[in-house]
Amino acid sequence: MKRAGFSTRWLPILLLVPQLSIILLFFYWPAGYAIKSSFYLQDPFGFGQTFVGLENYTSLTASSEYLKVARFTLLFTVLVTFFSLALALLLAVKADNVIRGAKTYRTLLMWVYAVAPPVAGFIGLMMFNQRWGPLTELFGALGWDYNLGVDYSDTAFAMVLVSVWKQVPVNFIFFLSGLQSIPKAVREAALIDNRSGTRRFWDVTFPLLAPTGFFLLIINITYALFDTFGVVDTLVKGEPGNNPMTLVYKVYVDGFRGNDLGGSSAQSVILMILVLALTVFQFRMVERRIHYT
Amino acid sequence: MDMLKSAALTAAFALTGTTAFAETEITWWHGMGGHLGDVVNQIATDFNASQDDYKITPVFKGSYEETLTAGIAAFRANEQPNIMQVFDAGSATVIGAKGATVPVQDLLVDNGVDFDIEDYISGVRYFYADNNGKMIGMPFNSSSPVMYFNEQALEAAGVEAPVTYEEFETVTAPALKAAGYVPLVQSHLPWEFSENFFSRHNLPFATNDNGYAGAEGTKILVNTEEFAMHWTHVKEWLDEGYFGYYGTGWNDNQAQFEEGKVGLWIGSSGSFGGLMAKDLPFTFSATNLPYWSSITEEGYQTFIGGAALFAMSGKSAEENKATAEFFRYLTSSEVQYMWHRETGYVPITEAAYEMAKEDGHYDRFPAAETGIKQLMLTSGENTRGYRMGFYVQIRDIENREFGRILSGETSVEDALKAIETEGNALLERFAKTQG
Repeated sequence: MKRAGFSTRWLPILLLVPQLSIILLFFYWPAGYAIKSSFYLQDPFGFGQTFVGLENYTSLTASSEYLKVARFTLLFTVLVTFFSLALALLLAVKADNVIRGAKTYRTLLMWVYAVAPPVAGFIGLMMFNQRWGPLTELFGALGWDYNLGVDYSDTAFAMVLVSVWKQVPVNFIFFLSGLQSIPKAVREAALIDNRSGTRRFWDVTFPLLAPTGFFLLIINITYALFDTFGVVDTLVKGEPGNNPMTLVYKVYVDGFRGNDLGGSSAQSVILMILVLALTVFQFRMVERRIHYT
Repeated sequence: MDMLKSAALTAAFALTGTTAFAETEITWWHGMGGHLGDVVNQIATDFNASQDDYKITPVFKGSYEETLTAGIAAFRANEQPNIMQVFDAGSATVIGAKGATVPVQDLLVDNGVDFDIEDYISGVRYFYADNNGKMIGMPFNSSSPVMYFNEQALEAAGVEAPVTYEEFETVTAPALKAAGYVPLVQSHLPWEFSENFFSRHNLPFATNDNGYAGAEGTKILVNTEEFAMHWTHVKEWLDEGYFGYYGTGWNDNQAQFEEGKVGLWIGSSGSFGGLMAKDLPFTFSATNLPYWSSITEEGYQTFIGGAALFAMSGKSAEENKATAEFFRYLTSSEVQYMWHRETGYVPITEAAYEMAKEDGHYDRFPAAETGIKQLMLTSGENTRGYRMGFYVQIRDIENREFGRILSGETSVEDALKAIETEGNALLERFAKTQG
């Protein structure tokens, strides 16, 4: 195989500089600043500050509320990731079988992809409106006294539902293209071997979808952890009260609403470590076991 | 094409404007949206039209919290506006940062504007002042929690608006419930059922003179017998159907009242303008925030909520002069009366209050006077308000724990203990930020 290469050493560096300087300016510099801030308690205006060592971290781990938020985030991530993937897979498999009007179905299913998280949250807010929300009324008719913003688990339900609804189309697109890239010959061979659609799906289709599925798993975990911020913010209307929130949202609440820079920085450093761990997990542990070709 | 033309025209006007008058331009960041924002813009336009030397530009920066955060970020980048609006809960942050602002009292006196703190109505005077009574922030949109009532609902139930919580519990609430109404709704638990609870009963909310004596060693005093009693009753009211709670959102609770389902609603005196502008299916009026006669025989005054305007430091003498002149204009009786009339926020000076009275504003709308009258009731050592750092977070904790009491997730005792523990930890942390 012929290796393509640069004739001088400076050209690749020159080409990398714009990208690297952006990463440096917008990622490493703020990240370094956050790490430094997490060891201080400082006046928001920047007048006074006290070095407190690990106090910002220890007060987090000692706080039962922070742990409660962490537990909710974990549960939320598991639920959102599972349902987003499962529903999208189901829809993709069904849409893949449709022949007549396939394009229309697919377009309709992908539609929601274009909705921004805060808009999705706002739609959720309307659907679950306490006084006239159609879903609130539907639940009421079924005997469930649904109360968004007042009841912890009711709000959690809305957060999961809206986040899943928003994410399903993205997964659907990937799963569908994954399904369509499975060679026809393999499918036909499987059809001869086994008449049962379910068995064929689990034995042949599902393993062949694993690379797509694994990629989506990581994407969805990241989505549930970070990108659902807009959904959470809209559904709690900026004031969480006794409603659930995610770890990222708590960084915002303490730092941007409460101006507690030290505490909020410590929380974001914890999240940075979490992302780092997730990345290591992705590349070290699993990528080896999954074959993309 | 039209847009291009008008842009060119605007630019041309702007050019002639600066060359002709050499105005001093100042900026004003605020968090007043909707109808309130329109009135703010009107005040700025009127000020600019009233003279040729100064030009103020108001900029809407989002919610109160967003405005404060934007102002802080701008200050750290040395891009701060001349005037920044900071709300009650953020006052410890901005006043604690000595050097971030020029105390309005100094600003006015240094620029030859008459200043006498006695000109301001009593409930307004010292909330945004330092420990020596020097005014640091200029009270702007000042409000107090008052109780609105649906006149038809009270009539149907055959009762009057209650003066005390005892009366509410034994007379008003059962009658309103029997008449098919939700007897009581409020809109802001920390402000109406906590901060002003302490002021209304002249009870201390924090040590160190309610926090005014300094951040060091200040402790919150929520874990008390009286406060526990109040919350035990509120929870009982909820279970009994005497009280409705619709979450932390101000408007979610107000909307229930506006639909005519609710007898009594504790809102802000600043809600008056908005309620008047709406086509409500009933007539409403307002009265004082109730109090417990078992705690105090007579209710004390409440203190101001809302927000104040702070003159940011690091500006030139000319710009500070312009800011002082704007404050002079803003505190004039005419402007204060206009602001009061259009929004329902209380006028901050005695003179403006007199003007509103003479003009017959309160004969036309008796409810408009409730807030200001309540701010002028008997004062005590604990009616000035509170000064606690990281109070926005403490409010979030209060909201969380109060919500949990109401949803039955926790007991009153545990909730108050949680607010005390977490609140004190935050206060201690805040004291360290000042070091």
